Amino acid sequence: MTYGRYQKYHPWLYEPRFPILWWIKKWAYIRFILREMTSLAVVFYAVVLLLYVNAVSDGPEAFAAFTAWLKSPLSISLHAVAFFFLVFHSITWFNLAPKAMVIHIGAKKVSGSVILAMNYLTWVVVTVGLFWLLTF
Amino acid sequence: MVKRSNEPFWWALFGAGGVVAALCLPALLFMTGVAFPLEWLAAPDYESLYGLFENPLVRLAILAIVSLSAFHWAHRFRFTLYDGLHIKHLNAPVALFCYGSAIAFTGFAALSLYTF
Repeated sequence: MTYGRYQKYHPWLYEPRFPILWWIKKWAYIRFILREMTSLAVVFYAVVLLLYVNAVSDGPEAFAAFTAWLKSPLSISLHAVAFFFLVFHSITWFNLAPKAMVIHIGAKKVSGSVILAMNYLTWVVVTVGLFWLLTF
Repeated sequence: MVKRSNEPFWWALFGAGGVVAALCLPALLFMTGVAFPLEWLAAPDYESLYGLFENPLVRLAILAIVSLSAFHWAHRFRFTLYDGLHIKHLNAPVALFCYGSAIAFTGFAALSLYTF
């Protein structure tokens, strides 16, 4: 959108502002906004994960302090809420994938339910692998 | 001449971050943020974590996870504000803030993981 420098008429000034809580009236809209908000949980945990590694890098005292914070009620509540958002992200992401990607084997199109099953199988394998890695 | 859009670039990072976050983050968050602090699972001790993170491949994987997650957030949150909440008049500063934060975070993560 560009307007002339001296143009007096700016259409955006006259566009009605959408009420910011427009989505609150219907469950489908709320679910859409909740799905969009999962990105906050994603970035929250990206930051925590980096702090976790940095605490280990800084030495046993720094790690003990960070572990103590992780045990605080505030941290546990934040992580519990973020966990549900992350699972919501995973499920909505995997469910959308068959619509977003079309895979061919030879001339044959791989059906959506196969892609879906592969996604969930990969999720299970990665999850088990990460548990194995961190709990030895 | 048509100005070439850089949207596909941000979208690719968003997509890659979405996959990585969907696969890895629930398990990692559940362990470090819930199960270890509440002692539902035995937490790894300091030495074994240090040994794990000493491995450059592990740190590279962590860099990929945190950085792509940040770019996933940047793109999605930008459009949450734009399409979702209809905050359209702030498009340019919002985009700058979102992608700028993700780039700065990636730089910080790369530096701190490199000098582990």
